Amino acid sequence: MSAKSNGSAATPVLYTVLLAVAIAAPFFVYPQFLMRGLCLALFASAFNLLLGYVGLLSFGHAAFFGFAAYVTGHLAKFGTVFLPYFTPFSTPRLHWLEIPMPPWTPELAILGGAFAATLLGLIIGGIAIRRQGIYFAMVTLALAQMLYFFCVQAPFTHGEDGIQAIPRGYLFGAIDMNNSLSMYYFVLAAFILCFLIIQRTIHSPFGQTLKAIRENEPRAISLGYNADRYKLLAFVISAGLAGVAGSLFALVFQIATLNNVHWHTSGEVVLMTLLGGMGTVLGPMVGAFLVAGIQQYLAAFGAWVSIFQGIIFVACVLLFRRGIVGEIQAFRRGGNKAEEEAPAPAVTSHSAAPSPAGE
Amino acid sequence: MKKLTVLAAALALSASYGAANAQVSGDTVKIGVLNDQSGPYSDLAGKGSFIAAQMAAEDFGGKVLGKPIEIITADHQNKPDIASNIANQWIDTENVDAIVDVPTSSVALAIQEITKNKNRVHINSGAASSDLTGKNCSPTGVHWTYDTYALAKGTGGTLVKEGGDSWFFITADYAFGHALERDTTAAVTAAGGKVVGAVRHPFPGTTDFSSFLLQAQSSGAKVVGIANAGTDTINTIKQAGEFGLVAGGQKLAGLLVFLSDVHSLGLKTAQGLVVTDGWYWDRDDETRAFAKKFAARNGGKMPTMVQAGVYSGISHYLKAIDAAKTDEAKAAVAKMKELPINDFFAKNGKVREDGRMVHDMLLVQVKKPEESKGPWDYYKILSVIPGDEAYRPMKAEFGCSLVK
Repeated sequence: MSAKSNGSAATPVLYTVLLAVAIAAPFFVYPQFLMRGLCLALFASAFNLLLGYVGLLSFGHAAFFGFAAYVTGHLAKFGTVFLPYFTPFSTPRLHWLEIPMPPWTPELAILGGAFAATLLGLIIGGIAIRRQGIYFAMVTLALAQMLYFFCVQAPFTHGEDGIQAIPRGYLFGAIDMNNSLSMYYFVLAAFILCFLIIQRTIHSPFGQTLKAIRENEPRAISLGYNADRYKLLAFVISAGLAGVAGSLFALVFQIATLNNVHWHTSGEVVLMTLLGGMGTVLGPMVGAFLVAGIQQYLAAFGAWVSIFQGIIFVACVLLFRRGIVGEIQAFRRGGNKAEEEAPAPAVTSHSAAPSPAGE
Repeated sequence: MKKLTVLAAALALSASYGAANAQVSGDTVKIGVLNDQSGPYSDLAGKGSFIAAQMAAEDFGGKVLGKPIEIITADHQNKPDIASNIANQWIDTENVDAIVDVPTSSVALAIQEITKNKNRVHINSGAASSDLTGKNCSPTGVHWTYDTYALAKGTGGTLVKEGGDSWFFITADYAFGHALERDTTAAVTAAGGKVVGAVRHPFPGTTDFSSFLLQAQSSGAKVVGIANAGTDTINTIKQAGEFGLVAGGQKLAGLLVFLSDVHSLGLKTAQGLVVTDGWYWDRDDETRAFAKKFAARNGGKMPTMVQAGVYSGISHYLKAIDAAKTDEAKAAVAKMKELPINDFFAKNGKVREDGRMVHDMLLVQVKKPEESKGPWDYYKILSVIPGDEAYRPMKAEFGCSLVK
């Protein structure tokens, strides 16, 4: 809301310019790097929906990202699904229901991955949402770690080798996705679609209610809102979108590995969101491209990658706590007229404690 | 007549120049060293592999077919997606001809796929997975230094022959650990030994190995096989020292241990450990000469087998380009398979059809502190395992499509 009311004249222009840049970019920058950036930007945006607008710090978002990558990879490469079911009678034990299928086309495989992530979001969210602040973060981390250990053992993930050589296939059975330009524009289109979903969510009455819960949960409850239900729905949407990001990632790199479900990935998405500016629309994207750029273009300097990331993070926390985009917005607001609203203090207080004034 | 000779010479010269020109893509032979430079594998590969690669290029004269050799490097941060991104960009925009080293199995398999599709050479020295020459083999992929099968075979088979005929395994509970245990068990039983028990520890994240070590101790097995890797191995060995396994007469066999691991453990902790190694710096005059040169450029650290393998692999690759008169990937690798390898790394080594470089392996034991004459004097060589015995035989059942 702050971004909307603030730069209502500048915003359409800005988005048009960004879109033009995104369309022209693959002719100047290596497409696979851009695709990596877009996937991570979508992942961070999905995460930001939860952290920036509901004030919930999930430390287990890699679970949705990585699991969706596995599911998409499996569907696109093998197709056949095994579903567990349990027979409690006579001899209680686990059975596997085999549903033989040919390999899926990429768009269906992505939907399958997103569906799996949404389902997982419902389960993890349903448990985690009952706690607040640091406990919420810890519960999400713990559940995501459980999923990690599951992925280490489960045969369909191929353990530490990962699912290799995932075919990109033909979009709608017609467009060859092995061409990196068509893959790029597909990723861009998917990104824009998800971005619009996030925008719609934020600016809907539903989104307003989420912000009300973020600002003061007891008051929102006293007004008659069922806070838990709202939070759960936001969690599930965020998980589903993170799943889309993970599914795209699997097709772009044609691999799905343990790295994607590792807690490092959960940490990285927090880093991207904080660097860019949480609670801002463009912040997570800026953060994602910044982190992806460091990892890619400083790789030639060896150990400097992690040192650089660390230095930037420390500088960010010490010097510009609203993140890059957050600071720019605050600067522009300061330049115009002082305070229309004051979202900034609320945002900064979150970085210290994800859900203030909870109980 | 004289005129004619000059003309002929000029023609011949221009023809050969033209040929060389046409055969080397991008007018340089560019080799990318892609490995972990900040994480768990940075000591055994890392910057040292880059130095080894540079030395190989310099020792070759800096030029092949009259074109300069260029070595570049990047840190893949153990992330397959970053590695894949870097490798693709290297090939597409920088005309990299070969990617070398690449530790971490998931990353190596991803690079194997990319180099296969884009027809570039992949000389792997750092990764352990024997799938690189099995179901993931490639006509442009060569696996140089070691693999899990050779390590298991070397340690398992040879120790039994030397009297260590009863085994107990401490195994990391995931696919890699299981594979290591399975291969070693096969080698032990084939040599006439028996496995008296095994215990599996959770992976990753086990830091306390005491209960597993106590089981190993009370099993009475002569050899305790450690089927895990990295920090898990280091923790197991450290704690085994505290429980006095070696002092009590049992032998510890590390199934994936590098010289750099022994260096960080120290001789006091690691003494008595039996390990299979692809190469050891203090073996003969040739290896010592290389190691000395290398250490002078690497802050005094002696080369691991992975780093020496990078040097040897690149030298052989350059020789093959020279002999094949082209740097086209399939032709170069075909030439690599034709030429024997005779350098400080391997004697009569050969690259098999499936891409496996077969060379003699060493069974070594970590010295006691009082036996060591100085820094990096860590191993005594127990026996040399001939390459044909050490490596997995080339059979169609292992899934390599290049083997008929």
